[in-house]
Amino acid sequence: MTTVVLVDDHQMFRTGVKAELGAGIEVVGEAFDVDSAVAVIKEAGPEVVLLDVHLPGGGGIEVLRRLHGSTQAKFLALSVSDAAEDVIGVVRGGARGYVTKTISGPELTDAIGRVAEGDAVFSPRLAGFVLDAFSATDAPAIDPELDQITQREREVLRLIARGYAYKEIAKELFISVKTVETHVSSVLRKLQLSNRHELSRWAAARRLV
Amino acid sequence: MRITAPACDHLGVMSEEARQTGRLDRRADGRLVAGVCAGLAQHLGLEVVIVRLAFVLTIVADGIGLAAYLAFWVLVPQRYEPHRGRDWIQVLSYGALTVGASLLTASADAAQAALWPVVVVGLGGAILWQQASGDQRQRWMRTTAHPLRRMWRRSLLGALLVIVGIGTFVAQRVQADQVRQVFIATAVILTGVAVIATPWLLRLWQDLDTERRERVRSEERAELAAHVHDSVLHTLTLIQRNAHDPREVARLARSQERELRTWLYAPRADPDEMFAAAVQKIAGEVEDHHGVPVEVVCVGDCALSEPRGDSGDRMAGGDMRLVAVLQAAREAMVNAAKYSGAGSVSVYAEVEGDSVEIFVRDRGKGFDIDAIPTDRMGVRGSIIGRMERNGGTATIRTAPGEGTEVRLEFKREPRK
Repeated sequence: MTTVVLVDDHQMFRTGVKAELGAGIEVVGEAFDVDSAVAVIKEAGPEVVLLDVHLPGGGGIEVLRRLHGSTQAKFLALSVSDAAEDVIGVVRGGARGYVTKTISGPELTDAIGRVAEGDAVFSPRLAGFVLDAFSATDAPAIDPELDQITQREREVLRLIARGYAYKEIAKELFISVKTVETHVSSVLRKLQLSNRHELSRWAAARRLV
Repeated sequence: MRITAPACDHLGVMSEEARQTGRLDRRADGRLVAGVCAGLAQHLGLEVVIVRLAFVLTIVADGIGLAAYLAFWVLVPQRYEPHRGRDWIQVLSYGALTVGASLLTASADAAQAALWPVVVVGLGGAILWQQASGDQRQRWMRTTAHPLRRMWRRSLLGALLVIVGIGTFVAQRVQADQVRQVFIATAVILTGVAVIATPWLLRLWQDLDTERRERVRSEERAELAAHVHDSVLHTLTLIQRNAHDPREVARLARSQERELRTWLYAPRADPDEMFAAAVQKIAGEVEDHHGVPVEVVCVGDCALSEPRGDSGDRMAGGDMRLVAVLQAAREAMVNAAKYSGAGSVSVYAEVEGDSVEIFVRDRGKGFDIDAIPTDRMGVRGSIIGRMERNGGTATIRTAPGEGTEVRLEFKREPRK
């Protein structure tokens, strides 16, 4: 049973998500703004938090900032916005993944399970943004380990962007699903820690740095 | 209507104030000396600056103003009201004006007759300016709000005219030994007028600024309202009418969402010029037409036609070939939306350096590619054939029950 807290300022959306979540997921709390989110997450101590990017009181970013280091919960960002600075911003703020609100119930259940296990969840669009940000530029990487993605990681991201599920990616590249997950987690780490100019620019647009 | 409301409000306040001014008294609030001018101004419904200037003029002319002022001071009772301290800058400037004008009349007899009209006209102009309603002022400002350079030229011309005028006047009318005094007196008067007028002009300027900002804001609001009305409300109406048809409702909602999203977030790239924008546009059209969501992810971008080489002319060949690739991609999207039966279609377009790739994927029923009759033009002609004619390749991966992925590859002309 995975425990989940829903953070979204739209009551209707929370109700809808709750109805759609599959068995094996228990909603232990709900919140509608930054303050209530911080309080509820601290009290309920869920495994996963479904965090809306746009939230009264400073947005999902603010929740991540306020809870930094004080919770074991893993965050999965949800948004209706496809704006790069929103997506990159919340992931750099500490979320383990990003999905759009149009995601279907089973897919969301699957994504929550993945995040709960410590893996990363990339939507096709997030994969696209990452490819854009890490695509070959003339600027030399300051920290090659963090500022570049490997050829294999690039292949995995491209398949995600093409709409492949992890299982399909594994089959396509003749690797195990676990290896796919490892690659995605590695990209997530780079996404969060790299100082690449493109990422800083996106983060700056959300006033993160 | 919302714009006129504050104006009515303002008028209401004015008439309210006027009704209260039944009897004459001296104002404590806003007084400079004894509050006579302020009280008179309110009683007569005039701008206080006019009353003050009238007193200054009569004092300078024959001293009767002074007598009148003293009489008012003694005879008129003071109104009891909370008051701020005196505005000493204004006291000083009126004082300077009075002293300067007296000096002028006392010393430069020859100049006196000619100078009076100038002073009167100048003051009259200043007062008119202050008295004018906001609308008038705005109109005046607008007619003078030329580009900065022209305004500078005009100011320079004005200054030149003033200097020439004063110089000629002094040279003709004033005795050599009086020049100095005339100049001092003029300077004192001008300073006084400047000091009096500056706060007014400043306020005028601030009013205009606030006005302008307010106008920009209301224009933005109007644009937003117009947009919401034209698109969102319209779509909501359509959705209500088509409530019985879930497919149509989804299509409408989806199309509206895409449009709103573009309006809110997307940088407005021209789909006739940029590759990524063109892919998005095609996907949107397919989605609208066939009612199946098409998810697009674009990485990198390039111009559909760009000037190449030193001559800067457009390479028609490269241009047309990229358009052909887009047409093939459209065909693939239409096939996926129309025949696959999948709930959604994924499109991934990537431009990296000179290579362009588009993937169109669905998780639908798939088909047996060898089983397509040779006379069916869709896949063979519109996708594979079109790509090959334009120097690209199309790869189709499909099997019954496995979905379909069409991969279009194309190399752009390398940059010189």
